[in-house]
Amino acid sequence: MPARGLDSARRIEEGAPGGRPLILSVEELRKSYGALAAVDGISFQVAPGEVVGLLGPNGAGKTTTINMILGVLAPTSGSIRIDGLDLARSRCEALQRTNFAAAYAPLPGNLTVSENLRVFGLMYGVRNVGAHVEALLAELDLVRFRDTKTGVLSSGEQTRVSLAKAMLNRPRLLLLDEPTASLDPSVARELRALIRGMAAREGEGVLWTSHNMHEVEEVCQRVLFLSHGRILLEGDPRTLPREHGRATLEDLFIAVAREPLALEHA
Amino acid sequence: MITLRPRRVAAIVLRQAYLLRGSPARLLPLFAWVAIDIVLWGFITKYLNAVASPGVDFVPLLLGAVLLWDFFARVMQGVTMAFFEDVWSRNFLNVFATPITTGEYVSGLVLSSVFTSAIGLAVMVVLATVAFGLSFVGYGLAIVPALLILFLFGIALGILGCAVVLRLGPAAEWLIWPIPAVVSPFVGVFYPISTLPHWMQWASWVLAPTYVFEAMRALASGRAVSWPALGWGALLAVSAIAIAGWVFARVYRYAVRTGLVARYSAETVT
Repeated sequence: MPARGLDSARRIEEGAPGGRPLILSVEELRKSYGALAAVDGISFQVAPGEVVGLLGPNGAGKTTTINMILGVLAPTSGSIRIDGLDLARSRCEALQRTNFAAAYAPLPGNLTVSENLRVFGLMYGVRNVGAHVEALLAELDLVRFRDTKTGVLSSGEQTRVSLAKAMLNRPRLLLLDEPTASLDPSVARELRALIRGMAAREGEGVLWTSHNMHEVEEVCQRVLFLSHGRILLEGDPRTLPREHGRATLEDLFIAVAREPLALEHA
Repeated sequence: MITLRPRRVAAIVLRQAYLLRGSPARLLPLFAWVAIDIVLWGFITKYLNAVASPGVDFVPLLLGAVLLWDFFARVMQGVTMAFFEDVWSRNFLNVFATPITTGEYVSGLVLSSVFTSAIGLAVMVVLATVAFGLSFVGYGLAIVPALLILFLFGIALGILGCAVVLRLGPAAEWLIWPIPAVVSPFVGVFYPISTLPHWMQWASWVLAPTYVFEAMRALASGRAVSWPALGWGALLAVSAIAIAGWVFARVYRYAVRTGLVARYSAETVT
């Protein structure tokens, strides 16, 4: 039986203490292009302080899901609530509490690092943006690149700039699409620690996509496996492989990519 | 009621200011092309004044018209250039995933254009006045609504141009550059509308700049300006802005529905 659905949802509801709203609540989300369902009625939640991995092969619907949560793609049906706010009705307020970093959305290369951060800081309504940018530059070891054009930085450095942008507004919900893909192992480890610490300390919810299964096991408390726009499996990345007769999370990922139907009906 | 958050509007203007500060290649066109136009047309008018019958002054007729037309074109390009910066840097996803609204975004583009076109206008006025003796005193108070109408119509066409690129994709920017050239024969920059064939005149009278150039020609020929006609031109310009804003908002909603906003972030200009 697929490890998903109401049980998990209830667990997350219980995990949001003091009646605080879930950071992210996605209900029956669907996106169709004609007859093709890119995302096919998925439901999931992210609780305060939780890091959730959104996994799946290319074309599974991860980016479509993220784009809908970011408000740049309208769902065909279903709802998205961010920190208790309906994205469709309160777009500005909901996006004020959200931010993201993705390899496919680099910041403008013709602006310097600090210029980019100041511009996006204003867009997110950050107060005292100058001081805030300086603090982030120091936190992400970017001070020496402050006046460097973003486009001339290495891909790893650009990733760190994107992450600084993603933290500008201290978001309640952070969407990270392969955040460590171009980082060296040492910086990637620091970054994982930073995100984990931030989620635990400030109660942020993080939705993390990655193809690095070791990283997912280290960072995520819970994973969702997407295939053909549907959530096929859901659970703890450290126990989920054994529940489905696989030795590692990577084996399970490969199985999802190659034989999704077998897993769905297992 | 539409609420604009000044910080978000300022973000778009600040981005444009940073780009201009960091790149002489972007700064130079703000005044270089208009200066070249004024110099070229300045000498043409001098030559025409020398060979024409006494009493005919081509400076207010031609050089004044060139100045006003260049101002209009710069206003439009100020809006589209600021928008194209997001196209060229594949920045749509980053921008539209922020809380910024389309109203705030477009307002930022318009304000950017106010600053860039003001630089061009100042350069043109100084050059035309000092080097070729163009006097704005002759135009009287009519110059104020004239500039305002051209500004508003330039903004409207700029916003429409942005909507076209948002709808058709980055490669469609090449449809936007010739728009002023396509409009110019209809609005009678250099000749009275009565010169045009009847079917073209129909198009002329729905374009706001037509009323400006007719009024400027009347003043240059010593006739009285028709204020009701200028008022009608202003109404047309305001209507054009309302239509352009509506079209942009519709196209944006279409782009969000179909995934174009996200797709353009991954698509190159070609």
